Amino acid sequence: MDLSGVYTEMIAEHNKSGRNKKHLVEPTIVLKGRNPSCGDEISLELKVNNGVIEDAAFTGIGCAISQASTSMMIDLIRGQNVEKAQEFIDTFLGMIKREITDDDDLEILDEAIALKNISNMPARVKCAVLSWHTLESAIKDEK
Amino acid sequence: MPNEYIKDFPILQKPMNGKSLVYLDNGATTQKPLAVIQAVDDYYTTFNANPHRGAYDLSVKATEIYEGARETVQKFIGAANSYEVIFTKNATESLNLLAYSYGMNFIEAGDEIVISIAEHHSNLVPWQQVAKAKGATLKYIYLDSVGRITQQEIAAKITDKTKIVAVTQVSNVLGIINPIADIVKKAHSVGAIVIVDGAQSVPHFKVDVQALDIDFLVFSGHKMLSPMGIGVLYGKEALLDKMPPFLCGGDMIDYVWEQETAFAPLPAKFEAGTQNVGGAAGLAAAIEYIGKIGFDKIEAIEADLIQYAIPKLKALPYITLYGSDDLSVKTGVIAFNVADIHPHDVSTILDADGVAIRAGHHCAHPLMQYLGVNATCRASLYFYNTREDIDKLIDSLSRVRGVLGYGS
Repeated sequence: MDLSGVYTEMIAEHNKSGRNKKHLVEPTIVLKGRNPSCGDEISLELKVNNGVIEDAAFTGIGCAISQASTSMMIDLIRGQNVEKAQEFIDTFLGMIKREITDDDDLEILDEAIALKNISNMPARVKCAVLSWHTLESAIKDEK
Repeated sequence: MPNEYIKDFPILQKPMNGKSLVYLDNGATTQKPLAVIQAVDDYYTTFNANPHRGAYDLSVKATEIYEGARETVQKFIGAANSYEVIFTKNATESLNLLAYSYGMNFIEAGDEIVISIAEHHSNLVPWQQVAKAKGATLKYIYLDSVGRITQQEIAAKITDKTKIVAVTQVSNVLGIINPIADIVKKAHSVGAIVIVDGAQSVPHFKVDVQALDIDFLVFSGHKMLSPMGIGVLYGKEALLDKMPPFLCGGDMIDYVWEQETAFAPLPAKFEAGTQNVGGAAGLAAAIEYIGKIGFDKIEAIEADLIQYAIPKLKALPYITLYGSDDLSVKTGVIAFNVADIHPHDVSTILDADGVAIRAGHHCAHPLMQYLGVNATCRASLYFYNTREDIDKLIDSLSRVRGVLGYGS
């Protein structure tokens, strides 16, 4: 196993920086996501206005992969409408499930493509998808 | 010094991620020696039939193997009678059997069930459910600052209202040996029964149920070289006799009428349906294998490895160790964390070097809450581990922070 393909600089940077790890001033949606088997727990905060995710942030505890994945997701969805957010979710989950493998199709994921190699690590898939499933639950009533 | 036992374990000869396997997750399950694998193989290639049923030779032979395994377990744990040994799936099933058959029938509103905060969920959740269902109180024995159960806590928590004390002999997270004799003395003085979770102790040192005067002992075969799916419940005859069956079905009855059933005597009363005879054969082979090595030797190897590992871990400034390292109460289970790095990342990075450790909450959420951590890493040893394994663990740990962009 090549660790540099898993813990890329991008993942390490997102994990360390914590720039999306904070509370929002007036979130309209706060939803917890948990991985009971490993104890990872995030709380996703969204400020949604007229179907647009104006701001997003998270708090919680988890491994580098779940923390980086959450942070990258937040960068992607900030300022987007919920339909676009759902497209990001579908593409990201498709990448992790190896249903979408063409890099052109994955391009919209931007930095989150760095998590593509997690699809080869069954033990860590749950870490990568935690925040995306949480987001999907959070916006399902906003569409 | 080369370890003379590695050669007996086929899986330890195989590479992991291109490196030789350093298996340090023995608290979760141990590897299996060829003697055990062959015993299971022999059973299925030569003796397989349903025991206790057929009047033909093969079934008789299967019965002999199954009941022979029971006698092997009886001698291994020092039980007075072989029928006090009940075969189950694992320690978890043994504890559920006790919770449902003993707890649900003999616990009443206002009674107290006492467990320790260091229990595995398997010795916690069943008692929590019994307490909820019966209106009883679940009380916790807490630990001192280095993870030990104190005499004061035993005296304070076990009271005249206590009916059951269920406690692990060795913590699956901290590796600390609990003072079972003191707990038994106090519990029996108030008329409570004592259930000992031996999952992490029975594989590592001699546990004698009569010498300890414990009422019930549970353990899993797979944590002591055996196949998965075979476990043991030991109980004193008088207690097992008064308990109703847990599972009902074939082979646990004397006679069945349309509206009534006469249950079989021990041990069949608690062994409904076809049992894991191959697993029992494997467990017997494991006990024989352990007997050939001897617990003196096993304890000496593990103590040497702990004494070797602890100072090396302490020398790494970014490592936090949990629990006492006093060898008089410490087995080969080491819980630790690496500063700034989540245990799952530690485990993934070590895996790339072929080093297998456990990361997470170790099925002990309340203990994690008590320790004030979300999760830990855990290295757990057995007699086939070596100082070289410890060196590889330390070497790999020293790379972990760098991989995630932290300075050492």
